[in-house]
Amino acid sequence: MVKWTEEERQTIRSVWEKVDIDETGPQLIARALIVYPWTERYFGTFGDIFTTSAILTNAKVATHGKVVLRALDRAVKNLDNITETYAALSRLHYEKLKVDPDNFRLLADCITITIACKLKAALNPQVQATWQKFLSAVVEAMNNQYK
Amino acid sequence: MQSAIMLSKKEKKLIKDIWERLTPVAEDIGSDALLRMFASYPGTKTYFSHLDISPGSSHLQSHGKKIVLAIAEGAKDISQLTVTLAPLQTLHAYQLRIDPTNFKLLSHCMLVTLACYLGEEFTPVAHAAMDKFLSAFAAVLAEKYR
Repeated sequence: MVKWTEEERQTIRSVWEKVDIDETGPQLIARALIVYPWTERYFGTFGDIFTTSAILTNAKVATHGKVVLRALDRAVKNLDNITETYAALSRLHYEKLKVDPDNFRLLADCITITIACKLKAALNPQVQATWQKFLSAVVEAMNNQYK
Repeated sequence: MQSAIMLSKKEKKLIKDIWERLTPVAEDIGSDALLRMFASYPGTKTYFSHLDISPGSSHLQSHGKKIVLAIAEGAKDISQLTVTLAPLQTLHAYQLRIDPTNFKLLSHCMLVTLACYLGEEFTPVAHAAMDKFLSAFAAVLAEKYR
C-alpha cells in the first residue's frame, strides 16, 4: 500500500481541484487516440476514430474521457485505498475489455500532459513528481486484477 | 531513414518550428526538463554526481541548454538525424554509457515541459509529432551502444 505524506495529499488535491472534468475529459481520450493510435483497438463501438478531426469531434470519445476522470476522482478521494477502489475496474478491463495494461501507463502520461497544458507553471517539477506518484498507484491498481 | 519515415512533412515542419522558437530559451526549457526528470525519476540523478544539479545552478542551466540545442539542431533536418547525431552517438555509447531507458524518461519530461510552456498550443497533434521525434532522436542516440 502506498504511503502518502500530508504534503503529497495536499499536492494531489490541489492539482485535481484545478481540473474541470467537463473540459478536460473530452480532451483526454482524444489525445490518447491521436498520440497512441493503436489504442483505437479498444474503441470499436465508438464510430469514426480514424482521423484527427473525427477523433476530436467524436461524442463517444468525449464522454469516455469524462468517465475516466470521474473514476480518477474516486482515487483522489480514496488515496489510502486505491487498490480496493479500483478492483472492479481492473477486473472489467482484464476480463471483459481485454485491455493491455501497458495502455494504462500511456493514458496516465496523457493525463499528466493534458493537465500540464492547462496548469502550465503550476505543475512544477515537484508537483509533477507527486502527481505521477499518484498516477503510478492508480496504474498499479488497474493492473492488480490481471492474473 | 528510419526516424524520418513516420513523420509527415507537416509534422517535421511543426517540430522544426517549435524548436526554433524554443532555441532562445534553451536554458530554461532544458533545465526545466532536467529538474522534472530528477524529481520524478531520482535514479537519473546518479549520472550527475559530478555536477551541481540544484535548481538555478549554472551547471544545470548550461547542461539543459546543451541538450535543447542538440535537439533543436536535429529538428532542423530530421532526415539527417544519424549524420547530425554521430558525435553524440559516440559520446553516449562509449563515454557516458547512460542506460538508454533513461532517454524515455527525459523525453517524457521534455514533453511535460513543452506542455507547460506552450499550454493549449501543445495540441494532441503537436504532442504526437513531438513524441515521435523524441523517440526517433533517442533511438538514433542509442544506435552505437551495441
